Amino acid sequence: MPETKVSFPHLGSYCVPIEYLFTRGVGVDYVTPPPITRRTLEIGSRYSPDTVCAPFKYNLGNYIETIEAGANTLVQTGGVCRLGYYGELHEQILRDLGYKVRFVNMARASYSNPASFYSEFLSINPDLSLKRVAAVLTLVLKMVEHIDAFESYMRNNVGFECEEGSFDRLHQDFLASLSAVESHKELSAISKLYMRRLKELPINRPKNPLRVGIIGEYYTIMEPFSNHFMEKSLARMGIAVDRWINISNTLLHNPSKKVITHIKDYAKYDMGATAMFSIDKALEFAKKHYDGIIHVKSFGCTPEIDAMTVLQNISNDYKIPILYFSFDSQTSETGIQTRLEAFYDMIVMRKEDRK
Amino acid sequence: MKAYLGIDVGSISTKGVVIDSKNAILASEYLWTEGDPMGAVRRLLKALASQLEGKDVQVAAVGTTGSARKLTGAMTDAQVVKNEITAHAIGTTSLYPDVRTIFEIGGQDSKIILVENGIVVDYAMNTLCAAGTGSFLSSQARRLGVQVEEFGEIALTSQHPTPIAARCTVFAESDLVHKAQIGHKKEDIIAGLCKAVVTNYLNNVGKGKKIAPPIVFQGGVSKNVGVKKAFEDATGFPVTVDPNGHLTGALGVAILARKSGKEQPFSFGVADMDFVTRGVECGKCSNRCEIICVYQNGRLIDSWGNRCENGAIRAAK
Repeated sequence: MPETKVSFPHLGSYCVPIEYLFTRGVGVDYVTPPPITRRTLEIGSRYSPDTVCAPFKYNLGNYIETIEAGANTLVQTGGVCRLGYYGELHEQILRDLGYKVRFVNMARASYSNPASFYSEFLSINPDLSLKRVAAVLTLVLKMVEHIDAFESYMRNNVGFECEEGSFDRLHQDFLASLSAVESHKELSAISKLYMRRLKELPINRPKNPLRVGIIGEYYTIMEPFSNHFMEKSLARMGIAVDRWINISNTLLHNPSKKVITHIKDYAKYDMGATAMFSIDKALEFAKKHYDGIIHVKSFGCTPEIDAMTVLQNISNDYKIPILYFSFDSQTSETGIQTRLEAFYDMIVMRKEDRK
Repeated sequence: MKAYLGIDVGSISTKGVVIDSKNAILASEYLWTEGDPMGAVRRLLKALASQLEGKDVQVAAVGTTGSARKLTGAMTDAQVVKNEITAHAIGTTSLYPDVRTIFEIGGQDSKIILVENGIVVDYAMNTLCAAGTGSFLSSQARRLGVQVEEFGEIALTSQHPTPIAARCTVFAESDLVHKAQIGHKKEDIIAGLCKAVVTNYLNNVGKGKKIAPPIVFQGGVSKNVGVKKAFEDATGFPVTVDPNGHLTGALGVAILARKSGKEQPFSFGVADMDFVTRGVECGKCSNRCEIICVYQNGRLIDSWGNRCENGAIRAAK
């Protein structure tokens, strides 16, 4: 058996803590998938069922590109929508394509029984130390929270940076420095340092900037390539962008019980995956008088389609415009740019009118 | 006299207007794009120049819109390059200040714009699917052996419009063939198609939007009285079609050019200059962006299409 080289598909900047978890915790080599490009999506789409949601295609593209880069053990997670079936289908497709890799499908483990995760990890490295995995995992979860906090501030302010690229550069440095931390203490010191440097970056933020909230489906909202770097486009227009969906808020501090009470006037039953979060946050953005909301999802994402009719009610009641985007494997920028520019013009004119 | 030029280059047609400082139209032209936006703009500029011949008019600012707005903007060194949604809203509200709902169906796309007190408050545009747009109607007209320009008048003669499945162009087409083969009258089928276009529009583009009067209908398909009537039947409100409805995008962007405050004398002589575009594939990463370079008389004037700085090609200005 050759040396184990693990890989997990990309999701925003989370490849950094994931790599940390596998190398430091599970004690195996990790291959970070090559950055997502058009080719990733092309090969992912070529071997995927046409009507499957776009994240499946991206994940498959990541798998094939990491196998090319030397990975031999692929990990997939479970989920509460079609995501729960991804692993099984990915594994089958990769086998049919003739790739000889080990596939570890965490969908087989269950959240109600944490020990079942342990046995999945054990299949990656039989010499695994439970104590070490547990210790590293708590560090990794903290790391995720620090990354999320950094990016949250960044999203809201990068549109006003005085020097173009200053936020991005610091962000890259921050992520790079994380892999070297050895303890909770170091992690907290490094994160504090970078957070301070981030807040010291000169910005030219107007008193009342345009504010746009982003809501939508889990993957498309968090993987910038899959939403055509929408947050970046909005920032370039001089908009303060907010989004609540990230790993910290959804997985580590999941508020689902509160969500149900927040939105009881609009929806009674959980429609699965991120649908309730989308409704809850749309309502919150509306109540806070944001200038607009953008809803993103992969084409055919059922929970988010269900949420959309409710979002229209919120849009009508609070008179807040909501722009809807559905992404598949198309890569043309023109249509997206046209809609975003029109959205920008609209919120600018609405704001001037209110004055 | 100071004037302002607005150019709207769509997938099917190219529109241009020259307005004075009170938004009155001094010259206008409408012609086919024929897949060659630069050639169309050249013909457009020549036509506008000949309409203005002998008049003391100096174009002080240029605006471009439509799907070829960037290319046209580079050609004319435009002061304003604006998306067609905003341009249409500005153009329409200048003609109809009270308008609440704008239906727009063009050659390849369709949109709905909701307006309150002259301000756009919501809009939507068709995605992923071109069902029920102008090019669909013209291909069906060809199939039925009718000129698309006569479509509307024929539709109005129908007493019993044939129901046609409206969800998807492909389904609509096979449904239409089927209905024709079992003996439905041509005028009924045509009226049914007009209804199908409206149903499709209201279910897709208009989904969840509150449609309030006054309603203005524009874009190429608005010239079809059958579709206009189907809109009136479906919404229960009168629908206005402006005789200059096809020009609203160009008018809107001309107004935006006027309001931009940026001025630079424009010469219609641009029409005689030599413009070439060249597509270069950037090989710096596997995104392989297609970068479009625009040359004027052999000199690079603009480029776009790169996703990152590595692919930036700078024009020598």
